Amino acid sequence: MIEILSTGAVNSVQDLGRTGYLDAGVGHSGVMDAPALEIANLLVGNDEGAAGIEVALFPFRLRFKADTVFAVAGADCPAKLDDRQVPGWWAMTAKAGEALTLGLPRWGARTVIAFQGGIDVPLVLGSRSTDLKSVFGGFEGRGLHRGDRLALAEGSRRMLRMEGGYGADVSALRGPAAAKDEAIVLRVLPSAEYAVFTGESRSQFHETDWLITNDANRMGYRLSGPELTLIRKLELFSHGIMPGTVQVPPNGQPIIQLAEANTCGGYPKIANVIEADLWKLAQAPVGARLRFELTDRDTAVAALRQQRTFMAALAADAALMRGWN
Amino acid sequence: MTDVVSPRLSSQGAGAILLDAAGPVFSDDIQSRIWAVAAWMLKVDGVAETVPGMNNLMIVFDPLAISPGEVEQQLLRIWQTVVPDAVSGRDIDIPVVYGGPDGEDLAALADNAGLTVEEVVRRHSEAVYSVAAVGAMPGFVYLSGLDPQLAFPRRAVPRMKVKVGSVIIGGAQAGIMPCTAPSGWHIIGKTEVPLFDPLRDPPCACKPGDRIHFRVLEVQP
Repeated sequence: MIEILSTGAVNSVQDLGRTGYLDAGVGHSGVMDAPALEIANLLVGNDEGAAGIEVALFPFRLRFKADTVFAVAGADCPAKLDDRQVPGWWAMTAKAGEALTLGLPRWGARTVIAFQGGIDVPLVLGSRSTDLKSVFGGFEGRGLHRGDRLALAEGSRRMLRMEGGYGADVSALRGPAAAKDEAIVLRVLPSAEYAVFTGESRSQFHETDWLITNDANRMGYRLSGPELTLIRKLELFSHGIMPGTVQVPPNGQPIIQLAEANTCGGYPKIANVIEADLWKLAQAPVGARLRFELTDRDTAVAALRQQRTFMAALAADAALMRGWN
Repeated sequence: MTDVVSPRLSSQGAGAILLDAAGPVFSDDIQSRIWAVAAWMLKVDGVAETVPGMNNLMIVFDPLAISPGEVEQQLLRIWQTVVPDAVSGRDIDIPVVYGGPDGEDLAALADNAGLTVEEVVRRHSEAVYSVAAVGAMPGFVYLSGLDPQLAFPRRAVPRMKVKVGSVIIGGAQAGIMPCTAPSGWHIIGKTEVPLFDPLRDPPCACKPGDRIHFRVLEVQP
């Protein structure tokens, strides 16, 4: 059991999302930075998809009601377990009564916390993710409040072999963090209406450092920059869209659809951020700048394969460290 | 059935392909084919989800289990060869209060159509709509069968909050809001019928192929 001591209402219980209900209009939801949750889960001995907490509003504080193995990953924030420093990408054991505090990130926008056993909330349509927009799943279908008590499922009883904990080196997967004044580069594939934008708009799309406006949440980010225009007016029939789809409504300012994206939309689509780069968006705060770099499908698949290979290797390592083999 | 149209394919990332078979106007024949292809594609190894839209279909798959090129080939083959089933839907009655504070765009839509408010209400409520697709948000039904004169391009900037139960029109499509959410569609009325419940299985009140009848409860100024 954990108790929430301090939080914002956008912080929520998330797993890797809900699949199989897009055709009922139910979006995937799930954690915005999926590799971070997967890694944190593997470090604490869970399946990679166990439910954890996604923190996007800081400071965040919780108290452990029992001895618990946990790991913090994602945005680089100052984290403390009572007075002890908590490194990122590192599993350690909290004693009953200790409090975990996450401060404002030095880099990134979203930190995830995984707990051994995972957060025990009911499955709704096959997932423990909170769908904040539709108000179901997760903890009572809403973001976390102070005083909420969350049960943890029974985890492995095996304790960590290493006294100080156990961590992962994620540099190969995530690369160096972009400097604060540098645009975050996202690889994109052209989408259906790419060629219907004017040549100038297509150039601007790739050459602009797009600003993430205040209108940015788990559903999507609205960007600000030059006005993108079409060669001709389009009124499209509604069609399926994905997290990563970049739409351009008539005001010419792009919207990137994200974890809680609507399942269908009607605005012209200029591009899609590739799956392997979605975590970078999760870590891009309001006010950050984005740049869209054209890539091809083979590269997009290869990048995803690299992520999966990393996870498989980490899962094997983590099992060895715990002496499960 | 006339000749099968050649659909346009595009990527939505590495793991999704959009098949677009739409012509200038919505086609019920094409939509029946969309439903049938969606069901077939779900049986292909590596395909996770199929999302029927309005005369289009999105296929979501694991690109490490099946390559995007392979999905495209299968999709085009099934598109050409599938025999659409006859769909036997149900009739669903949706009582609506038109206009007033919960139908704030009714007058603007009438203006745009060059019709009186009463005529808009009559045409909207006398048509029989088919549920072509469910999507965008949980339980949202895309309805075909809107009188073309009631078509109204979506708002340039979407509203951040449109109330649950709002009866709406976007472009040539009619719909109903299943939950309170952002939308760029125009609001012409309100219903109290619940469309979506995540604790129910299936969670949606309407399925593709069902027929919707809007019934006038009241027209408010």
